[in-house]
Amino acid sequence: MAYDKFNILKSSAVPLPIENIDTDQIIPARFLKATERVGFGDNLFRDWRYNQDNSLKSDFPLNDNRFSGKILVGGKNFGSGSSREHAAWAVYDYGFRCVVSSFFADIFRNNCLNIGVLPVQTSAEFLQKIFDVIESDSDTQLIIDLPKQTITIDSTGAFENFEINSYKKENMLNGFDDIDYLMNIKDQIGEFAKNTPL
Amino acid sequence: MSKTLFDKVWDSHVVQQIEDGPDVLFIDRHLVHEVTSPVAFLGLKNRGVKVMSPKRTFATADHNTPTINQHLPVADPLSANQLKALEENAKAHGISYWGLGHEKNGIVHVVGPEYGITQPGATIVCGDSHTSTHGAFGAIAFGIGTSEVEMVLSTQCIMQPKPKTMRINVNGSLSKGVTSKDVALFIISQLSTSGATGYFVEYAGEVFQSLSMEGRMTVCNLSIEMGARGGIIAPDEKTFEYIKDREFTPKGAAWDKAMNYWSTLSTDEDATFDKEYTFDGSAIEPMITYGTNPGMGMRISGGIPTAESLDGGVATYKKSLDYMGYKEGDSMIGKKIDFVFLGSCTNGRIEDFRAFTEIVEGKKKADHVTAWLVPGSHKVLNAIKEEGLLDTLQAAGFELREPGCSACLAMNDDKIPAGKYAVSTSNRNFEGRQGPGSRTLLASPTVAAAAAVMGVVTDPRSLV
Repeated sequence: MAYDKFNILKSSAVPLPIENIDTDQIIPARFLKATERVGFGDNLFRDWRYNQDNSLKSDFPLNDNRFSGKILVGGKNFGSGSSREHAAWAVYDYGFRCVVSSFFADIFRNNCLNIGVLPVQTSAEFLQKIFDVIESDSDTQLIIDLPKQTITIDSTGAFENFEINSYKKENMLNGFDDIDYLMNIKDQIGEFAKNTPL
Repeated sequence: MSKTLFDKVWDSHVVQQIEDGPDVLFIDRHLVHEVTSPVAFLGLKNRGVKVMSPKRTFATADHNTPTINQHLPVADPLSANQLKALEENAKAHGISYWGLGHEKNGIVHVVGPEYGITQPGATIVCGDSHTSTHGAFGAIAFGIGTSEVEMVLSTQCIMQPKPKTMRINVNGSLSKGVTSKDVALFIISQLSTSGATGYFVEYAGEVFQSLSMEGRMTVCNLSIEMGARGGIIAPDEKTFEYIKDREFTPKGAAWDKAMNYWSTLSTDEDATFDKEYTFDGSAIEPMITYGTNPGMGMRISGGIPTAESLDGGVATYKKSLDYMGYKEGDSMIGKKIDFVFLGSCTNGRIEDFRAFTEIVEGKKKADHVTAWLVPGSHKVLNAIKEEGLLDTLQAAGFELREPGCSACLAMNDDKIPAGKYAVSTSNRNFEGRQGPGSRTLLASPTVAAAAAVMGVVTDPRSLV
């Protein structure tokens, strides 16, 4: 499925200054029973957002009126654990288009890139700077410039470069997905398969 | 040029290299289960595409299945719907499907090796992070997301940047009472849950060579818990002996041809790795986790580390101990537990049930402990009965359930209640992993058995 194009995103951000946020927190397993990709945003961070009686936990950043925006900023080692793409779907469906952290788990990073959510990896120092500036002013805007591969704190002008390989960058800029690419080389794959025993 | 085992297998499967981009990697075996596949099949439908290689694709139901009364219709309508979707998708695309009640049904990473689907030198993927299990046979096996499941269904390929290589050597021999699970939990406690992110790990050294295939599967299974995409162990006589004559392994001349290839599957002597660690096997003790990620493990006789001893992350660490209801410096021995879970793709094989039974034989399950013993497959279940383990377990007050992923991820009804402590042989102790509010202590089947009969965390070495 082709996805939204990503170019430059300017938005306020929601901070989650917790390390090792795993995919079971992002979307608990009991919400993985759907057969279509709908409604996952409702259960994003379900057990951190809601008490067991389904009332809101007021101290969780997603429930804090000060914080909103299309960018989620998480602590080191974001997205560890299960391969469930549902975690990336939940992040997207809630309204985020970019996740910022100082370190991402591999599969979660791939899953994000495959659905058009941009994972932006910063240094630990820059991540702390972002947390600090949002803490003092929750309206702080971050600018994610994919063509230039920079993340900038609008109010201070502080910025950092981030990495993305040029193939994935083109895909993100144009909203292409890998299957489009693979379908175009299917003859070549077919030839390869002939020489590969079952 | 000298190559690592990982490089040999990876390079031979590259269909195309994209400059400053991923490799197009050909996939020999694709394992499919009910939870991460429906949206991928929907994608195929929307594109008007059929599965490219049904013969390379195998489907089983495991994550979302009940572990009692499997002969009855599945009560939860959402679960039933997901199982029905897989059955219909498998049928529509000509994929063999081992659904609920099928004699070959079981956890995808248990049945793959049991039927010889898993072979040395193969590339194997599945929409499940514990696909790394199959690396025990010298295969490159790793978990993928649903978009990638769709890629493999439609083109038998996946686009992946080539990971860096790491070798972890564990030399010497293990002490009595120390298992493959302890080795894995020890390594993860040393490297942390992100220590191998970006790497594919080869396990080498005497300890892994001396492990059974089941033990090697446990180690490779847990590779993802230190962030690695996968783990791999060079195939040897033990590997070939295990897979010979299984349903999907080559026979006759095809076997001989395969053996020619498989015998080349080891790391060249002067090949180098991007990172290398070496540990002494004899220094490893039975392990248990005390926190909310698999890196928070300690030797069972030790004390919970203090926040001061950590390199940063103090707030997250304190939040974790708070969730567990434990304090820095606490001893784990003697902590009261409520549940024991024996099973999962990590420790749901026959050897795990043998180890558990050996400890509980002649003893009784503690009255206040609820124990869920869930075989990884029907084949394991049958072996438990045939070997007489079931009689011993029943005499000690234990019951067996039917195969499935069960309380490992608690998608079905097998949920640990909020606030309760479970010693689990599974792979993740994340907050709420085994049910909202549940508290998980990861350990080996041996440690789980000791806890089940004593009702508190117990060093299994004190019972034998």
